[in-house]
Amino acid sequence: MPLAHYPYQFQPHRVRAEFFRLLPISFFVMAFGAAFGLAAAQTGLSPLQSLLMSSTVFAGASQFAVLDMWGPEISVLPMIAVVFAINSRHLLMGASLYPMLRDVSPGKRYGLLLVLTDANWAVAAQEYQSGKRNLEVIIGGGLVIWLAWMIGTALGVYFGGLMQNPKAFGLDMVLGCFLLAMALGGKKSPRVLVAWLVAGSASLAAWKWLPPNMHVVVGALAGGAIGFFWLESPGKTAGEKQEDTADGH
Amino acid sequence: MAIETTSAGILGLIAIMALVTLVTRFGGVFLMSFVPISPRVESFINTMASSVLIAIIVPMAVEGDLGALAALVATGLTMLALRKPLPAISAGLIAAAAVRYFL
Repeated sequence: MPLAHYPYQFQPHRVRAEFFRLLPISFFVMAFGAAFGLAAAQTGLSPLQSLLMSSTVFAGASQFAVLDMWGPEISVLPMIAVVFAINSRHLLMGASLYPMLRDVSPGKRYGLLLVLTDANWAVAAQEYQSGKRNLEVIIGGGLVIWLAWMIGTALGVYFGGLMQNPKAFGLDMVLGCFLLAMALGGKKSPRVLVAWLVAGSASLAAWKWLPPNMHVVVGALAGGAIGFFWLESPGKTAGEKQEDTADGH
Repeated sequence: MAIETTSAGILGLIAIMALVTLVTRFGGVFLMSFVPISPRVESFINTMASSVLIAIIVPMAVEGDLGALAALVATGLTMLALRKPLPAISAGLIAAAAVRYFL
């Protein structure tokens, strides 16, 4: 392997385009940021502390979970366990981008992982399935989501909830619907469908019977195992060749 | 071990949270840099990636209320019909709002 040769070229105009492409979804992220800001203020965090947490942690579900553990003092190890468990999906998300990320310098590689989050990852992963290499969405999309998360947190901290009940508008389902749309927009083959069946069942079983917050990793690894043992016909790996036959409808 | 939620304590807690989250963001990529990417590993990665989505969504559908279920069904059907994410997500939100309003 030649040293210090990184073929992936970032295109600034694509980063900008991805920023605006994820702008609509970032408004929903902002609504959740506001919900977090409000919850944090009610828990007793100062505005600065809430903003510091949102900017450096930038992982909503784990931030809410820590607020749930808040008290006069917080046990460190359980907090670490909860944050790690909820965010452990990042490990798999990052790993899935590795075939692209190895083509950029370590500085850029780890730099863009700072803003890795569900929505921008889902776009990149889905496009990779259909042969498009899009790391620009991780940066551009990540930045717009990070900004929205910050603005939302500030709004929640300073102005309280923007909406009395975001659930009434279905806003709690934005991320779920987005991720489902991404999954269904990707490549579908018998192999993928079997993997989904296994992933869904394993996730559900883990959610019911294992300690909390482990279901995503368990389900994803179970689905991945199908891919490990069931290869597509040789030479047709996703990301290299576009599969047109799977798109027959 | 416990940290008191004083100003300094909270800063420490936030630092720990940020560090743990950073480990999860960096860790997968870091570990993969030691794994040779064979077709089998590539296949694992690709199947695992979309399985992450399914593993997040399925318990969400099961644990959620009827509105949550309606949102996911509406998104799924619209996505399969139109293959465009934005209309699909909008349909999901409208379905959730409608079910919660009327039921």
